[in-house]
Amino acid sequence: MNINTTKIISLLFFIFSAFYLYTAYQIQVFAFDENAPFNARTFPIYLGYTGLFFSGLKLILPDPDTIKVEHKNLEYKKTGILIIIAIIYGATILKIGYFLTTSLFLFTSYYFLGERRWVLMFLLSFPFVAAFMYLLHGVLDIYLRDPFLKSIGVMG
Amino acid sequence: MIEGILIGLSTALTFQNIFVVMIGCFFGTIIGMLPGLGPMTAIALMIPITYGFDPATGLILMAGVYYGAVFGGSTSSILLNAPGVPGTVATSFDGYPMAQQGKAGKALAIAAWSSFAGGTLSAIYLLFMAPSLSKVSLSFRSPDYFALMILGLTAIAAFSSKGQFLKAMMMVVLGLMLASVGQDSLSDITRFTFNNMNLTDGISFVLVVMATFAMSEALTIILKRNDPTAAAKQVSLTELGSIKIDKEERGKMYKTIPRSSIIGFLIGVLPGAGATIASFLAYGMERNLVKDDEKEKFGKGSVNGLSAPETANNAACSGSFVPMLTLGIPGSGTTAVMLGALLGFGIQPGPRLYMTNPEIFWSVIMSMYIGMVVLLILNLPLIPYIARILAVPKNYLIPLILFFSITGIYVISFNNFDIYLMIGIAVVATFLRLYDFPMPPLILAFVLGGLMEENLRRSLLLSNGSWEFLWDRTLTLCILTTTILIVVWHIYKTVFKKRS
Repeated sequence: MNINTTKIISLLFFIFSAFYLYTAYQIQVFAFDENAPFNARTFPIYLGYTGLFFSGLKLILPDPDTIKVEHKNLEYKKTGILIIIAIIYGATILKIGYFLTTSLFLFTSYYFLGERRWVLMFLLSFPFVAAFMYLLHGVLDIYLRDPFLKSIGVMG
Repeated sequence: MIEGILIGLSTALTFQNIFVVMIGCFFGTIIGMLPGLGPMTAIALMIPITYGFDPATGLILMAGVYYGAVFGGSTSSILLNAPGVPGTVATSFDGYPMAQQGKAGKALAIAAWSSFAGGTLSAIYLLFMAPSLSKVSLSFRSPDYFALMILGLTAIAAFSSKGQFLKAMMMVVLGLMLASVGQDSLSDITRFTFNNMNLTDGISFVLVVMATFAMSEALTIILKRNDPTAAAKQVSLTELGSIKIDKEERGKMYKTIPRSSIIGFLIGVLPGAGATIASFLAYGMERNLVKDDEKEKFGKGSVNGLSAPETANNAACSGSFVPMLTLGIPGSGTTAVMLGALLGFGIQPGPRLYMTNPEIFWSVIMSMYIGMVVLLILNLPLIPYIARILAVPKNYLIPLILFFSITGIYVISFNNFDIYLMIGIAVVATFLRLYDFPMPPLILAFVLGGLMEENLRRSLLLSNGSWEFLWDRTLTLCILTTTILIVVWHIYKTVFKKRS
């Protein structure tokens, strides 16, 4: 059996399905529901077995169209940085507020992607977010939490 | 009936109402393009405003907003691969690849014309079949719905070419597994939440679709930036914004639109089925019906593949008004909101509405139709400008896609956990996409998962645990036989093709 990344993914999916199935069996159902034809764990149990079946098949059957990914051509560094920036954005959005975190997220993302036109970067972050926020919060009346703007008295 | 139609038309065609519908279409398109805000939210946002008008004008405003939001949703699906609502997911399967080939304007024009044609044809079906179809829709039982979901899943065949069937099936199972997270709908027992309160309500559709489509697409573009095999073509702005549909493409649409409108309308009539299942079924059916060379283009920018779901989801939107107006049963979230608005105006939809107040019934139908006409007139000239979103340099476009995705989930949930979960799913999806695991089957299964479990539960409980419900009713048997025939046909063709 030829081991390639697709097979490894299938193996991981097989393990995931087994874990899912185990967790499905652990779902607590009401005593009167225990022997019912269908309860909260019935569908997940079917799914767990189906997952095992298909990933098992993918594991054992030959893979004629092996996909080769040239890892040296992939931009892992920039993608990783962008993901980290997104995580920081997610972590600070509630505490600091929508306007500042979103604007900084956009500005730093442009920068790390190689952009150096500062004026355009600024226009497409701070004023852009302000306009977007006005559309959501001001026009459409969709609540956006923003402790920062509240602290400086811009938002009520 | 003719009298009712004329009264409806005369109400909808006053200067004030045409102006109102234009405003509605414009705002609907903008709201629909924003992630997380679909037609339901758009209409809900408009309800307080509509109460300032008389009932007919209020309904006409909502009609404009409704179709505008549906078109706006298709626009973000085609341009950014970010379908904000389930009904436009299937649009992105071929719309986005077409936009990536420099045909964004054309893709938007095909979507606009298909939506318009789907809506027009379904309005005609509505004229002649509304009262009788409402009775048919009530004859559908849980086993039939369950069989219908299985039939909907056959659309994954479209992504299982080149020996990718097992990968597509694994993605289906993963989608169903994600849909099973959260409280069980009947017993309220929490499943797969691992004592995390944030997962109690399950994973939202917007989160999954934004993570697997928009966000993972953005990450893939960055990841493959220097990959010589994936070097992006430089397309001119003129090409990008061209809305010209040539004779061959029109020919394809002429075949696709009538059949997709029928399936869309019929599915739309069934309470609870709606535009999502209609668009997936139409997509799958279209792939089964086209010639082999066209079939190969599905998922890569096929005209039929784009036209079919767009026609069907609009036809389903009109179809969903049948149970709402004739039975008082809202068939979808959007019609539920509209039902609330109708009740607010003092209009009680139900069997008596069609008999005793035909003018109100036809005013609603006609205003929906006029909303579509206005939308086409307003949006077609704007397409070349909307399409230029794709001309925005990648250094700006990628962060903006990420920003829209994160905002889409933030305005719905207001918690950090959902943002982390979305990033996590997006990273896994990006990795899976590198190895050709298709994402559409995952979304299809995620959307159908809850409904499937619900109908399987009812069927099994009613049949006391026996699987005989699958062949007890003629309708269930017919749907399942169709499903089996489609699957067998695919297997036969794959085997036959390999041998030949």
